[in-house]
Amino acid sequence: MAVAAKKASVRSKSDGKSNSAPVAPKPVDFNKEQELAAYRDMLLMRRFEEKAGQLYGMGFIGGFCHLYIGQEAVVTGLKMALIEGDQMITAYRDHAHMLAMDMSPRGVMAELTGRRGGYSKGKGGSMHMFSKEKNFYGGHGIVGAQVSLGTGLAFANRYRENKNVSLTYFGDGAANQGQVYESFNMASLWKLPVIYIIENNRYAMGTSVSRSSAETDFSQRGASFRIPGIQVDGMDVRAVKAAADLATEWCRSGKGPIILEMQTYRYRGHSMSDPAKYRSKEEVQKMRSEHDPIEQVKARVLEKKWASEDDLKALDKEVRDIVADAAEFAQTDPEPDASELYTDITH
Amino acid sequence: MPRMTMIEAIRGAMDVSMDKDDDVVVFGEDVGYFGGVFRCTQGLQQKYGRTRCFDAPISELGIVGAAIGMAAYGLKPCVEVQFADYVYPAYDQIVSEAARLRYRSNGEFTCPIVIRMPTGGGIFGGQTHSQSPEALFTHVSGLKVVVPSNPHDAKGLLIASIEDPDPVIFLEPKRLYNGPFDGHHERPVTPWSKHPLGEVPEGHFTVPLGKASILREGSAVTILAYGTMVYVAEAAAEETGIDAEIIDLRTLLPLDLDTIVASVKKTGRCVVVHEATLTSGFGAELAALVQQHCFYHLEAPVARVTGWDTPYPHAQEWDYFPGPARLGLALRETMEA
Repeated sequence: MAVAAKKASVRSKSDGKSNSAPVAPKPVDFNKEQELAAYRDMLLMRRFEEKAGQLYGMGFIGGFCHLYIGQEAVVTGLKMALIEGDQMITAYRDHAHMLAMDMSPRGVMAELTGRRGGYSKGKGGSMHMFSKEKNFYGGHGIVGAQVSLGTGLAFANRYRENKNVSLTYFGDGAANQGQVYESFNMASLWKLPVIYIIENNRYAMGTSVSRSSAETDFSQRGASFRIPGIQVDGMDVRAVKAAADLATEWCRSGKGPIILEMQTYRYRGHSMSDPAKYRSKEEVQKMRSEHDPIEQVKARVLEKKWASEDDLKALDKEVRDIVADAAEFAQTDPEPDASELYTDITH
Repeated sequence: MPRMTMIEAIRGAMDVSMDKDDDVVVFGEDVGYFGGVFRCTQGLQQKYGRTRCFDAPISELGIVGAAIGMAAYGLKPCVEVQFADYVYPAYDQIVSEAARLRYRSNGEFTCPIVIRMPTGGGIFGGQTHSQSPEALFTHVSGLKVVVPSNPHDAKGLLIASIEDPDPVIFLEPKRLYNGPFDGHHERPVTPWSKHPLGEVPEGHFTVPLGKASILREGSAVTILAYGTMVYVAEAAAEETGIDAEIIDLRTLLPLDLDTIVASVKKTGRCVVVHEATLTSGFGAELAALVQQHCFYHLEAPVARVTGWDTPYPHAQEWDYFPGPARLGLALRETMEA
């Protein structure tokens, strides 16, 4: 209550009217700069993840490693709608989210290999890293736990009366966790500027959406809390960008939370130890060949002659060099000193 | 007698129990179609159908809460929490409902559930996939807490747990699923197929809850261990040449105090080892009990060798893990005290 007393603006919605529901916007064509930027960003994520997979296979990365390959358009399109100070928080499939927040590939890769140059000095690993400077609030290994935290970030934005938005990512699996709905209720009650981005990649580890979810239209999961939601083609970066523009505007104008269900697909298994026998090779191949987010941009760029094949090869080379440098650093940077074991526990 | 991994033994226990009693149902995240993240339930859905072995949404609180209701009605749910690190959302239901149902209803209702969960580290899981939360459960009256250390015990203890009328927290050390682990991570692991404790009887048998086993007899010092740490204890005894008696507790609640007390009275020294953090760990309870019951027989302070009081680090897993070197040092100090 001290909070309410201090900031009168933080109070519950009392008029009883719901916001008029937004409609999924049509994808707007990108200009040349936007297409090429999206292409480069997504390519960096893909090459980074491919390298992480290689390093895992070689034994440089131990434990858990969840690759984002196939889902790149989601974080890339959302990134394009951000302003300075917007926060991002997600679960454990987090490498590309950090790259989207302009965190250093070296720092992320070195965290994967458990080196002192990693974002958490190697002590966090693939699922647990952060950057205050880049407004990235983790990296969370517990499914759904970040949703409540993301709601708290949005509360802080409201409290500070800034125009920032909390981008709170979670998956179709996490959407079944109880605290997600506790968060929805509070976010709507207090009109918090949070975009709940549900990355629906169709499989909660090995369990398909239809086997785990009574309502598979995740955009409607906020209905009983008066949170509007829209379904977005998460494989088309333009569709994501259009939805992100709508959602950020919705939040910044004080209308409260909104849900974006990103219909996407991961090409690799849930983690490195998942043979993915719960889906057919044909299903994966169909997504790769017909809906790949990077190939879609590439085709448009070539068609409009905004870049030649050679230009794109040069871009690929540039991205590969960045990833190679990150991988080299992550293999040669020393492990943390034993004295680090006891640092950063309590003051 | 067939040899099998701990995964196969655990699967076998559920198979035997489901076959014997139609009231036994198995569910959890990825448990049905996928067969479990560590494949502990593989094939059970095919054999018993989707009403007896099924997938649940990612909702630990809901899974455990529903299981408690099923148990109150008379079913015997054996649920899986995918990692022990995921159990915290369900803690309220476990503590406030499962553990208290019998007491609160004057014995009219019981809660025969088993909550299985992989525990412990040693697989680079970092802070959210490596924890050993047993002390959070041993602190709660009304629960039973079991930690098997080998395939034979895993099967016998799990069948006993499923048949037990009270809620059982069944912690499966995931580092032991495929073979015993002595803490020497740089050496190849012996698979259970080459280890005598991999021998598991076919069909139904039980290992009683509340009964420890003496893994190795000795006269110089008693090591109290459970789960992964019993093999670390074996390695430390071998490497130091100290004639240690190793007790595998197998069940933390109820605790086999008689076996512990008899051993410490014989050896006069005691070292407690667990992977969980030190402060308020189960080792504190063991040390207190030993000093209470064996005070006049003790020739040295009871030592504790545990994980450090830190989150489980990703990069420094083997600095955190209480391996044979750390235990060996404690054994030597205890012998010299």
